[in-house]
Amino acid sequence: MKEIALHALDIIQNSLAAEASRLQITLDEAGDEITFTVADNGRGMSPELLARVSDPFTTTRTTRKMGLGIPLLRMAAEQTGGWVHLESALGAGTTLTARFHSNHIDCPPVGDMGETISLVLQGSPEIELRYTHRLNGQLFFFDTAQVRAQLGDGISLALPEVTLWIREYLQEQETILNGQKGMNL
Amino acid sequence: MKSLADLKAIRDRMQQQMNLRDTEGDHIRVVVGMATCGIAAGARPVLTAFLEEIEKRELKNVAVTQTGCIGVCRLEPIVEVYVPGQEKVTYVKMTPDKVPTVVSEHLVNGRVVSDYTIGAAE
Repeated sequence: MKEIALHALDIIQNSLAAEASRLQITLDEAGDEITFTVADNGRGMSPELLARVSDPFTTTRTTRKMGLGIPLLRMAAEQTGGWVHLESALGAGTTLTARFHSNHIDCPPVGDMGETISLVLQGSPEIELRYTHRLNGQLFFFDTAQVRAQLGDGISLALPEVTLWIREYLQEQETILNGQKGMNL
Repeated sequence: MKSLADLKAIRDRMQQQMNLRDTEGDHIRVVVGMATCGIAAGARPVLTAFLEEIEKRELKNVAVTQTGCIGVCRLEPIVEVYVPGQEKVTYVKMTPDKVPTVVSEHLVNGRVVSDYTIGAAE
């Protein structure tokens, strides 16, 4: 994956496959540490599955025997001196945390979180999603509740007009946040 | 600069169009593979390009949805187009550049873009 945001998009699909209705996505940049967390209220994993989940030959789907999402993320994070940590219990949801070190030459850029989040909502418009991006003390927060409060009930977040608006809104907010980083340097 | 208040204008516009969308039962479906293989190969900007083109042309009879791994990972990004009453068409190795052609030729004018299909790639 060329961006951390693409790993995030891929990992979030696991939450959706586990029938999560609430997602909390956090991206934390402090110094050279980039940490992203995806916490869901999906069905969670048994200790047995949790122990095997970084093995590429583990998957819950029935059509094929491989699942590369978590192994690829773990490889990318560990290549930079980082790690991936999973907490999960049946019925209690799953929280995945990945740490990258941005000063390592193999660290991918954070990438386009606006496109990632907007397309998660395009695919699962019913979900409650919160996204927090912290960057050296500055903070941006997005909540689908804010969007629904303006849009009302009848309008799906999957309508192209709405998805594209969310993408551009998040991209603008990310640019502002990154601009503040530039000023602090 | 966008603000959350913009969404009220979108809401008003959408509510006027809602009846249009709902009365047309026969939707064209565009399905984009968004599993690990698709995402790694570039499916995310392809999906956005479809939404942009559909919004730009104000196509109300097209539904864009996401699916998992379609099974031919080496040909990702893969997009399947279902026109009611016709056979499914599978486009492979899609890029955002190819999307406007597929939308104008296939979704609007009903002509399959054979060069981009799985038949041409195999």
